[in-house]
This record gives sequence, structure tokens and C-alpha cells, in this order.
Amino acid sequence: MDVSLIIFPGANCDKDTSLAIKKITGKHPKHVWYKETTLPKSDLVILPGGFSHGDYLRSGAIAAKAPIVKDLVKKSADGIYVLGICNGFQILTECGLLQGSLIRNNSLKFVSRNVKLRVERNDTIFTSNFKEKEDVDMPIAHHDGNFYIDDANLEKIEQEGRVAFRYIENNSKYNPYNPNGSLNDIAGVYNKNFKILGLMPHPERAVDKITGGDHGAKIFESMFQSIS
Amino acid sequence: MIKVTVYITLKKDVLDPQGKAIHVALNNMGFDKINGVRQGKLIEIDLDAKDHDQAKEQVKKMSEQLLANPIIEDYSIELE
Repeated sequence: MDVSLIIFPGANCDKDTSLAIKKITGKHPKHVWYKETTLPKSDLVILPGGFSHGDYLRSGAIAAKAPIVKDLVKKSADGIYVLGICNGFQILTECGLLQGSLIRNNSLKFVSRNVKLRVERNDTIFTSNFKEKEDVDMPIAHHDGNFYIDDANLEKIEQEGRVAFRYIENNSKYNPYNPNGSLNDIAGVYNKNFKILGLMPHPERAVDKITGGDHGAKIFESMFQSIS
Repeated sequence: MIKVTVYITLKKDVLDPQGKAIHVALNNMGFDKINGVRQGKLIEIDLDAKDHDQAKEQVKKMSEQLLANPIIEDYSIELE
């Protein structure tokens, strides 16, 4: 599996993501600086978390206009897999690869803590190692994670089963269980052919039991097993 | 040189927690006749264009492609 990681100025989860990939696949992904214009040969491209371009204008808006993203949009039409984590998710909505938008958290606060998530389906390349409707813990750290989309498209996303992860109630362990006000408690969504996933939680920060859990590792394991 | 101002506002149906926080703060200060507060952005652009029509056309493209996100925002353009 050839993995590329696009690095924008202001990214801060690129090293963790690279380590997570190394831990599971045995080799580091290719690091691609945002000023490049063409992606190297890749089965999977990851947009890591962070604060690209300082979150100026709107989170992910300026990164979405980088030439490398234009190439990503082109290549995703040819069928490569794309994963956007946190700021990467925001960039995917801004460049149009995913529907919806991530707006300011309803609390107005930057929220950094664990959340309980439900894996809505386990028949995609990103989730094949999870049990059906499995509940998992993952950390979040964002200011703009409030998933918004108009009613008609929200219904469509739900009908087509394109919600990947949902924040769920968990006996007040994490309160409020929906940390940002996302519509329908949505934490992650797929595109129409399930080859592109964007999520606000950070799976790369949950790949080791000694640093707060390993539920995120299953996403990387699923991708590795499904693609290679 | 033409000076153009772009006003970006959240669409009517999009929740505006920042506007709401401002609303509450104003209420707490004693301004109690407020029916609603919405927060937006104002962007000033100086550009070279042959006339107002050309400037407006350019800034419309800028707004649609970058300055505003059509999923959540509306924009309007004012020329000086």
C-alpha cells in the first residue's frame, strides 16, 4: 500500500499520523509538501490534522486551494482512497470532495478530550476491522467541528448510509456527548462511493494503549488490510 | 484602482453561536431590546480593473471560489 501524507503549513498531526502508519504497515508514508503540484503514486492519501494556514478565512479554506489539492481531486476521481482527519476533514469539505461544512463548535470553545463514537458500518475499507455498530473511544481537539449541511442533503447522507461515525451517549462519561453541536451527532462522513472519509476525531492519537487507547488503530489496520 | 468591499454573512438557517454570544453579552449590558445578532465578515480588496463592471465580475469569482463558502454563507459586493 502506497500512502502519501500531504503537509500544509500549520499541520501538527503529520508526525503522529506518519508514526501510526509506520506502526501498522511497517513503513512511513511519503510526505508531500503542499507546494508540490503532483502527488506521487498512491493508493491512499491522508490529510492530517492541524491548523493549516492558521485557520484564516475558514478552517481548511486556503489549503483547499493549493495546487496539490487540485491534483488530489483529479486523482480521487480515478479511485484513490482519501482520509481527512480533523483539519483534513475541513479541507475535504472546502475542496468539495465531501459534502457539508464544519462550523464553529456550538459551545464556542476549543474542545480537547475523548469522545464515545459509534462505528455506523463496518463494510468500508476504513472500518472493516470494527465490529458492526461498535462503540469506541477516540480523542478530539478542535474549534470548528460542528457538522452542518442543509436538510435535504442531510437526509440524503443518512439514507445513503454515508455517516461513518456518530457521537453517542455514554452514561455521562463525556459530557455533553455531542461535543460541538454537529447535526445528527455526526463525527465523520463518507463520499458517495465510500472511498473518501473525513472525521473530526483523531485515530492517529489512539493507536497505543499506554497513551490513552488503541481504538483508532483499527482504522489504519482496516485500510492496510483492505488496500494491500 | 477600485476599492471593493465584500460582506460575508451566515445563511439564515445556519446557527451562529458567535452572534448568540454577542446577543447575550449585549443583553447583560442592559441592551434589552435586541431581537437577534448575526456575525459576519467584511473583506476589503483594492484591485486594478478597467471599470466597475469588470471589478465586480472579478470579485464575484473570488467570492464564489474562496471568500465565501456557499454551503453556509451568502455574500454581497459593494464598489466605491
